Amino acid sequence: MAEIRTRNPRPLSPHLQVYRLTMTMAMSILHRITGAALYFGTILFVWWLFAAATSRGFEALNSFFDTWFGQLMLFGYSWALIHHMLGGIRHLVWDTGRGLGPAEREFSAWATMVGSISLTVMVWILGLTLRG
Amino acid sequence: MTMRSPLSRVRGLGSAHSGTEHFLTQRMTAIANVPLVLFFVYLLVTLAGRSHAAVSATLSNSTTAIFLLAAILSVVIHMRIGMQIIIEDYVHHDGLKMSLMMANTFFSIAIGLCAGFAILKLNFGL
Ligand code: HEM
Repeated sequence: MAEIRTRNPRPLSPHLQVYRLTMTMAMSILHRITGAALYFGTILFVWWLFAAATSRGFEALNSFFDTWFGQLMLFGYSWALIHHMLGGIRHLVWDTGRGLGPAEREFSAWATMVGSISLTVMVWILGLTLRG
Repeated sequence: MTMRSPLSRVRGLGSAHSGTEHFLTQRMTAIANVPLVLFFVYLLVTLAGRSHAAVSATLSNSTTAIFLLAAILSVVIHMRIGMQIIIEDYVHHDGLKMSLMMANTFFSIAIGLCAGFAILKLNFGL
């Protein structure tokens, strides 16, 4: 295609920084961030599985998960899984052509956020009481 | 204007001779991931901090093992495609892109093999 040069360059489309962050934008990037975090989180899972399979280093890993940082990591890991799952279901609904209207996508963005936090808290309360 | 026949467009066969498989596989594994990940979260909250004896007893149950193997298979395929999409979006240098794509594939296969090996070992006690 021939290049068109103008004397006064037209403004380029504004960069990310000038947009006000909306809830749907935040959920979009969070889906990607949680996806990538889960990707690397699989290392942790394999580490734990290996420790269980060989019993080498299992107690050390367990006492790490007993610290506040370890607990936070486990909580964050489960939240990332649940958040990405809900966001994924949101994508799957969109793939059927539904839920794309402005009000609907705003609602499902909030539902994903509120849902992931409350589900994660509920799941841990349930898990810890089931265990007794 | 396009020189491609309607049939080849429907099939998604451009010059790369492929196109929609990744999209469809990503959706299929996403659907499979839902029950498998819920099961995994259940394991996570009930096993976190438990003794080695309790953890290995749970993981050496055949139903648990089969579900975990299924989860690993589905997740590894899903996360490889997902990471490839992320790489394609942000990395525009061809050489670097190719290297990262390869690293992504190696990583995904390694995770799948290591996890599968550990689960089989827990169950067959090699
Ligand atoms: C709980 C079940 C899950 C569901 C329903 C799900 C669903 C999805 C969907 C629909 C996409 C495509 C998003 C798009 O088109 O922009 C996606 C992307 C992705 N998923 Fe998942 N996923 C799940 C679990 C996982 C897990 C366990 C991992 C990693 C270990 C993972 C890693 C990724 C990555 C890296 C991407 C690419 C992110 C992006 O392109 O922004 N997902 N997921």
